[in-house]
Amino acid sequence: MSLSAESLAKIERELAKYPPEHRQAAVMSALRIAQTEKGWLSKDTIAEVADYLRIPAIAALEVATFYNMYELEPVGKYKITVCTNISCMLRDSEEIVDHLEKKLGIGFNETTADGRFTLKEGECMGCCGGAPLFHINNTDMHEYLTPEKVDKILEGLDK
Amino acid sequence: MLNIEIDGKVVEVEHGSTIIDAADQLGIAIPRFCYHKKLSVAANCRMCLVQVEKFNKPLPACATPVADGMKIFTRSKAAVEAQQSVMEFLLINHPLDCPICDQGGECDLQDIAMAYGAPASRYTEEKRVVINKNIGPLVATDMTRCIQCTRCVRFLKEVGGMMELGLINRGEHAEITAYVDKSVDSELSGNIIDLCPVGALTSKPFRYTARSWELVRRPSIAPHDGLGSQIEVHIKDGKVLRVLPREKETINECWLSDRDRFSYEGLNSPDRLKVPMIKHHGEWHETDWKTALEFAGGHLKEIVGTHGSDELGVLISPNSTMEEAHLATKFAHGLGSDNVDYRLRHTDFRHDGKRLGVIWMGCNIPDVQEMDRILVIGSNLRNEHPLLAQRIRRAVANGAELSVVNPLDDDPLIPIKHKAICSPNDMVNVLSQILKAVSGMERLSLCLPKSLSDLLEGVRVWDNSQAIALSLTGHGETMDLISPRSAVFLGNISQHHPRYTEIFSLAEAISSLCGATFGVLSAGANSVGANLVGAMPKAGGLNARTMLESPRKAYVLVNVEPELDCHNAALAKQAIEQAECVVALTAYKSEALEDATVLLPITPFTETSGTFMSMEGRVQSFTAVTKPLGEARPGWKVLRVLGNVAGLHGFEFDSSEEVKDEIFGGEKPSAVVWRTLNNNLRELIDVEIKVKLDSDLQRVGEIPQFQSDAIVRRSPPLQKTKQVTKAVLAGIHPEQLTKLGINEGEKILVKQGTGSAILEAKADIHVPHGCVRIPGAIAATASLGDLLGEIYIERIPATAPQEEVSA
Repeated sequence: MSLSAESLAKIERELAKYPPEHRQAAVMSALRIAQTEKGWLSKDTIAEVADYLRIPAIAALEVATFYNMYELEPVGKYKITVCTNISCMLRDSEEIVDHLEKKLGIGFNETTADGRFTLKEGECMGCCGGAPLFHINNTDMHEYLTPEKVDKILEGLDK
Repeated sequence: MLNIEIDGKVVEVEHGSTIIDAADQLGIAIPRFCYHKKLSVAANCRMCLVQVEKFNKPLPACATPVADGMKIFTRSKAAVEAQQSVMEFLLINHPLDCPICDQGGECDLQDIAMAYGAPASRYTEEKRVVINKNIGPLVATDMTRCIQCTRCVRFLKEVGGMMELGLINRGEHAEITAYVDKSVDSELSGNIIDLCPVGALTSKPFRYTARSWELVRRPSIAPHDGLGSQIEVHIKDGKVLRVLPREKETINECWLSDRDRFSYEGLNSPDRLKVPMIKHHGEWHETDWKTALEFAGGHLKEIVGTHGSDELGVLISPNSTMEEAHLATKFAHGLGSDNVDYRLRHTDFRHDGKRLGVIWMGCNIPDVQEMDRILVIGSNLRNEHPLLAQRIRRAVANGAELSVVNPLDDDPLIPIKHKAICSPNDMVNVLSQILKAVSGMERLSLCLPKSLSDLLEGVRVWDNSQAIALSLTGHGETMDLISPRSAVFLGNISQHHPRYTEIFSLAEAISSLCGATFGVLSAGANSVGANLVGAMPKAGGLNARTMLESPRKAYVLVNVEPELDCHNAALAKQAIEQAECVVALTAYKSEALEDATVLLPITPFTETSGTFMSMEGRVQSFTAVTKPLGEARPGWKVLRVLGNVAGLHGFEFDSSEEVKDEIFGGEKPSAVVWRTLNNNLRELIDVEIKVKLDSDLQRVGEIPQFQSDAIVRRSPPLQKTKQVTKAVLAGIHPEQLTKLGINEGEKILVKQGTGSAILEAKADIHVPHGCVRIPGAIAATASLGDLLGEIYIERIPATAPQEEVSA
């Protein structure tokens, strides 16, 4: 239920970056750390993070609902976020999306039955030079995608 | 100062002010939704866009600081176009169904749309719908109407001290909500109704009962706490339908506590007494005024005649008007009795005869937020004085340090610098430690009288007392203040304390040593006023405690429900029960008055003229805002006629103003007030540091906010709040629970004096060891004794559950 000692240690590390009376400043990092541990942010997890930072739960919820990289519903083990904004679109991100949808059998905001993959539509990730692109679990970015490259990336995931 | 020009008018404004401040100063209307002068600037509604010379796009007036020579246009083509476009955006998702909205007729959005919007909507697409929230019994929500100005969010965070609402999601999905299914429990929550510029947050009790233009608005004064908030009572067909604040910067600013705002629902309670009643052979009979008054007057006179005038006791609620208190006192004196008192919840009267003047809060209300150091002794601030707590909160936000000495560790939603949470009995000890620490500071050279310094000899100063003393004298972590503006306040728990006199003397000594303002935050709306009219024993008469301890044959009760309004509920009940004649002037029928002899229906504050004197010594008179209900009559009139019937002299008043004139001797009230307010004692009072108690446990009997007086107790919406429905009846520290072998949630037998009650034990970390939180002024604890005193707890032996027996 509650956060692990490692996660709390990580949050403490973030808190050390700010003056002690501004614990709220660490809310984004703390939510990210909690999400990394739990996979997604349940209302209980958000409340726990808020309690730890000694801020009202609603203040943490505001942040968690504002940024789209925080997951408020359970997601698969691998969350693939494909950019569909203008640069990627011009470089045929639609083909990547079609391919992923066909391959995984799911649409945007859906999770495969085995709980491995979730597909998300993303906004510009600021790397238009590498379009089309997606990232996996918010951190693992892949550029110059082609259907073949996508297959290879997905195959290599569990290794 | 900067010179700027708005719409061609030149104005001089201060550095750092914004365009909207300057325009408000000039009386130029700039439309706004999110901006509020008392809240931080959000600049998210964009309604206040104006054109500024040399800027090629419109600027929000609320968030743009003025610069010298700035030329601002609020009604130029560019400004009007910007305002119209913003209005169109705001109305995209706002329902255009004002006739079915409760805010209709007093809606900022409606008004501003009429003045600044386009004549018709071009929007034909589907509007969004936001699911409604239930945030408690006071505030109704209609979240689809919300325009996300976030005033409510900022109010609860900045003024209320607790962020209970937030704006979640973003863009067109943004919505205001509490966390999951939480309610908004702030004691100031009603203000978000006034702040909401649309119909998203409206008053739940008032909802759909009237349109704003049907209401008659009359000014009055809030009758529940010592602040004396100015209110506006809204009436339709002779019935009070709601209460709103009147803006008074030096008292309530533009706010109102929930107690003052929603108590009016108790005015229309079915409990209201409409005709005089006499008890005959144990049965209540309705009667007419003449019979009732003659019966009451005759009966009282007879008892005084046969048993002596000392057999009469008069108890007056501290929420009665000055006129009522004066006439009741005069009535007692007229019959030769000195047994008069308004201090119903006090129990220590050793300072009687030693006070130099009328006890007050020692400074004016706005001074509180200018303080650098504040020490609050024995007060649950949010509970007792919600709006004063808000001022202290602001003082602390501006850098003041708050210290508390209290038997309860409830969160005032104010960062506390130092605290000493101790049992009620230990408060005296802690205060003497603080006194010793203060007197030991080098900079303070004032010598204590020998009696006190001898007393302090053996006192060992704990760390937190030392810290409180340091803070109070201006020492700080990073910077010392040479001459801090500091204040020491005594709250209700101190006043109800069995050792109030010692607490008072010590607090007085502490504050005079460090040059602090010393004041008492009185409980009732007119405690200070009743003190001024002298509604207490003068020459050895009995006080509110002794009057009940040695029962009288006759009592006159003015606005009093004995078991709920007195310090010792059981004692009050017994005394009233045994009395031969009890004349109760009351607005309500009440179980607590079942043992009375005559009930005389008097009117609550809305139906009488009168005067309240607030704890800062402000004398505020008000007039009746509605007609009396049924045959009820203003208290001062009833007392006047009662005086006539009893054949007393000096009861020939034709108006409450004449009574007021008599109180102030025809002088200007402020002159009298100025002369009489004085918190000093004639002499220091002996203080005993170590008092051994018989019991291991002490009761901490605070008065819950929504139980404080007869009107509040009858307000259904306030009684539905979490503060009441989830109230802890017997709060004990979890470790103490384990020590006593009691399980959380178990029913326990609580014994005090001759009375006992069965209450549910709750683990409560805010209660210190050796204490039990058991509130007063509620029926469940009306069989118990002193609010603060020794108490015994027993487990109820486990017996076979009832169900099994019946099965």
